[in-house]
Amino acid sequence: MSDLRDLYQQTILDHTRKPRNKHEMPDATSTADGHNRLCGDKIRLFLKVNAGIIEDISFTGNGCAISTASASMMTEALKGKSVAEAQPLFELFHTMLTSPMDQEPDLEALNKLAVFSGVREFPVRVKCATLPWHTLQAAIKNQDAPVTTE
Amino acid sequence: MTTTTTKPRGSQAAKAPAFDSAAIRSDFPLLQTQSHGKPLAYLDNAATSQKPQAVIAAAARYYTTYNANIHRGVYKLSVDATAAYEAAREKVARFINAPSEREIVFVRGATEAVNLVAATWGMENIHSGDEIVLSEMEHHSNIVPWQLLARRTGAVIKVIAISQHGELAMDHYAQLLSDRTRLVALTHVSNALGTINPIERIVSMAKARGIPVLIDGAQSIPHMAIDVRKIGCDFFVFSGHKLYAPTGIGVLWAKGELLEKMPPYQGGGDMISTVSFAGSTWNDIPHKFEAGTPHISGAIGLGVAIDYLGGIGMDAIAEYEHDLLMYATKQLNRIPGLQIIGTAPEKAAVISFIMENIHPHDIGTIVDGEGVAIRTGHHCCQPLMDHYNIAATARASLAFYNNREDVDRLVAAVEKVKEVFN
Repeated sequence: MSDLRDLYQQTILDHTRKPRNKHEMPDATSTADGHNRLCGDKIRLFLKVNAGIIEDISFTGNGCAISTASASMMTEALKGKSVAEAQPLFELFHTMLTSPMDQEPDLEALNKLAVFSGVREFPVRVKCATLPWHTLQAAIKNQDAPVTTE
Repeated sequence: MTTTTTKPRGSQAAKAPAFDSAAIRSDFPLLQTQSHGKPLAYLDNAATSQKPQAVIAAAARYYTTYNANIHRGVYKLSVDATAAYEAAREKVARFINAPSEREIVFVRGATEAVNLVAATWGMENIHSGDEIVLSEMEHHSNIVPWQLLARRTGAVIKVIAISQHGELAMDHYAQLLSDRTRLVALTHVSNALGTINPIERIVSMAKARGIPVLIDGAQSIPHMAIDVRKIGCDFFVFSGHKLYAPTGIGVLWAKGELLEKMPPYQGGGDMISTVSFAGSTWNDIPHKFEAGTPHISGAIGLGVAIDYLGGIGMDAIAEYEHDLLMYATKQLNRIPGLQIIGTAPEKAAVISFIMENIHPHDIGTIVDGEGVAIRTGHHCCQPLMDHYNIAATARASLAFYNNREDVDRLVAAVEKVKEVFN
């Protein structure tokens, strides 16, 4: 097994213990619910978008260390960014988690999110890391139906 | 372990002592393997069990020496395959003390058995406004088939509450039984909590009102002797793969008079007596419920697994596992911040637990790195998780081939989980 320290890096554990932007948002312009059926994790994402800019982003819910840290760090990465910038960032993040081990992910472009690169060595945990991002996509599309990781 | 059974054990008959844990372990090839470079501690037996070499060899022997379809050929291979398949049925009947092997229907597993009863007996006997009594601790496989039936018929599902310890609220059960109750469908042992339900009392309370009872034995049959006549139920279902047999084979036992009246489940070959476009007639029970070519090697493997268990003795297994459960409970309770979910006095060897501020999924990943295989998640019991207001648990489930070293490995791995998070 690959070293657990690759998965549970200090930055990830820090965000798990003290999640950033974890609160409800009464004046959100859109929300979405995400659900990981494998482990029962549920997340609600709140977005406040103004003129194409993510002015505020937050989440609530209960999840494992990876999904909680991923949600926390996603909100930090996206606050103040445009909605248009979110999609390519998710694609980079997703590629990092699903690419073969011998393929170097674009860690520079991912910036702090690169700490999740160890997750790809644990395929069953990839969905934990991507759940907040899938939920974000639903919120952007302003869908009402809950998304799942299936 | 103090049992003094003198029955010979499966493949290594007549060896003393009666319960030789090390020798039993050596009968299971997969237990000799490693996981992540460490010896495997397999503690997910409630999900599926490992298979003894005798079962693996029996399936291989069927495919290498007498593979043929059953009930149709006049040639020797087919006759041999038919004899082995039907012999397995007789072994199952004896194993659960069924009055006749005609009452043993081979299915894919406990799930299919419940669906079969719902789709046949249920459609004939349950009508709009009728009530089906389940419990809060049921596996999804003993909830959803009844919901499908209720949707088709307009029947109503009533749910027996459970206590915080994970025991059925028997007074609530008594209240739920009414003139509209048409069926009680209940698990014998909870897969998520380990609770052993007092099914004989439950059956007798239903029988006093003439209500049929289905018992889901998927989690009980690997751990204790089962006597369907003593239980007094009408239907008893279980899966082979949790009983050290192959996947894809399971059993529905039902009283003969019920099976005779029930319509067929699926149509096809083998389940018919005559077929014409004017109409067809059905084969005798149990064949009426076994359309198409069945899982022949699986049934044969199930018969061999039963032989193997018979050599050890189910009472000896229950006693050994209870001792191991007590040890594991004691050791896990010593870990600060760990809480066991399911603390009924009568339990099978299942320990669900949660840890303060650590998600079960993270527990599962970290202990896996130590070579310890446990289950994490909702265990197909979402209503039960809702009862405890949790999303998931980590669950260690023991079998008779586990030992105290496996438990110690789990405890050490859980300590490692705490290290990572502290």
